[in-house]
Amino acid sequence: MCTTCGCQITSGNESQIPVEKSADGGATSVLTRLMAGNDLQADHNRMHFDQLGVLVINLMSSPGSGKTALLEATIVQGRERFRMAVIEGDLETENDALRIRAHGVQAHQITTGSACHLDAHLVHEALHKIDFSGIDVLFIENVGNLVCPASFDLGHHLNVILLSVAEGDDKPAKYPVMFRAADVMLITKTDLSPYLDEFSNERAAQNLRNLANQVPIFHLSARNGEGIDVWLDWMEEQIQLQKQHVKNRPSFRPVRQPDAGLHATRILLSPVHPVSKS
Amino acid sequence: MHELSLCDDLIRQVQLLADQHHAQNIARVTVSLGTLSGVEPVLLVQAFEILKAGTAASNARLIINTVPVRIRCDHCGREADVDPNRLICPACKSLDTQLLSGSEFILSQVELFVAS
Ligand SMILES: Nc1nc2c(ncn2[C@@H]2O[C@H](COP(=O)(O)OP(=O)(O)OP(=O)(O)O)[C@@H](O)[C@H]2O)c(=O)[nH]1
Ligand SMILES: [Zn+2]
Ligand SMILES: [Zn+2]
Ligand SMILES: [Zn+2]
Ligand SMILES: [Zn+2]
Repeated sequence: MCTTCGCQITSGNESQIPVEKSADGGATSVLTRLMAGNDLQADHNRMHFDQLGVLVINLMSSPGSGKTALLEATIVQGRERFRMAVIEGDLETENDALRIRAHGVQAHQITTGSACHLDAHLVHEALHKIDFSGIDVLFIENVGNLVCPASFDLGHHLNVILLSVAEGDDKPAKYPVMFRAADVMLITKTDLSPYLDEFSNERAAQNLRNLANQVPIFHLSARNGEGIDVWLDWMEEQIQLQKQHVKNRPSFRPVRQPDAGLHATRILLSPVHPVSKS
Repeated sequence: MHELSLCDDLIRQVQLLADQHHAQNIARVTVSLGTLSGVEPVLLVQAFEILKAGTAASNARLIINTVPVRIRCDHCGREADVDPNRLICPACKSLDTQLLSGSEFILSQVELFVAS
């Protein structure tokens, strides 16, 4: 698939940067955007996904918030509504992928890389191992971690962030980089709410709104199925939106795209001072 | 420790610039780092010290300019420096705000030694 689509663009050859000398011959500015390796790869991945007409969702949360359980509930209750595939980013074990495959859904386990986050290169390797025929949505279950994954664009379209009632309503205030990037926040394990009265839905919502993030907040339980229907409605809507966007490209990008990442938009090379060895 | 992979990219970019300008050595690398970038300055410095070995930046100093989180309110037009977890307008409490700065991780300056 990559021979025709520009996989050969690498951070190596992207860097044929035109250099402008300033009038006084001193400072040299490089005005071309210099893309970091990950972001370049992420854009490349997104191009694949858009060509395939697939919506790609990055699931992020603390370890154990219920990402895999949500995927299982989504498969069981959403089977009739859309077809999905999964990339699992749990780097230590195959457990999550086995759980997904048990439901008859394709799951590719990423088994190499640094153990704290996925990056666009790992996702690129994985995406070429997936059969996308008939697939509407690809879920990428990121590594359970509220810090690192927020810094890596995978080439996905939407960030779904889970917050379980067991882990405290202050998480959006403590991890603003992650929660600011949410396209939807899911409060999970609501079946446990009766036992966890210190978790306040209002405070959790307020902490998200304090980040000027106005995205929807859904409450659901993968255990008893409560709220899964609302989530599935939203999913179906996003899949339709992606299909429309793909028609009138360019497709939409994660909300954090415009200003985040290692994007050097302007590089100033200082006047060169030869080392004086006196 | 995602600072390692981000720093790896940074050093690669700096090395490229050094190559293009036929520089012998890099004296200083300056980055602008927003407090909402998700990058920890201390960890970035550690990563830089580890990864610069064997590159043109092996003797370089990393300078980090911290960029405050600043927003503009679409509702009342005011601009303000805010905490990373309070991005609403401090004046009118509107959620319709734009981030003006604070999420960036930008290579802003590279100082090269070139034999004359
Ligand atoms: N009561 C209850 N337990 C849940 C729910 N969802 C998940 N769990 C349990 O929480 C634990 C962790 O769930 P997982 O789905 O593995 O969580 P995860 O986010 O995929 O975890 P990592 O991949 O390790 O980050 C398991 O024991 C699940 O059975 C829920 O809605 N209600
Ligand atoms: Zn490719
Ligand atoms: Zn999981
Ligand atoms: Zn990481
Ligand atoms: Zn205002």
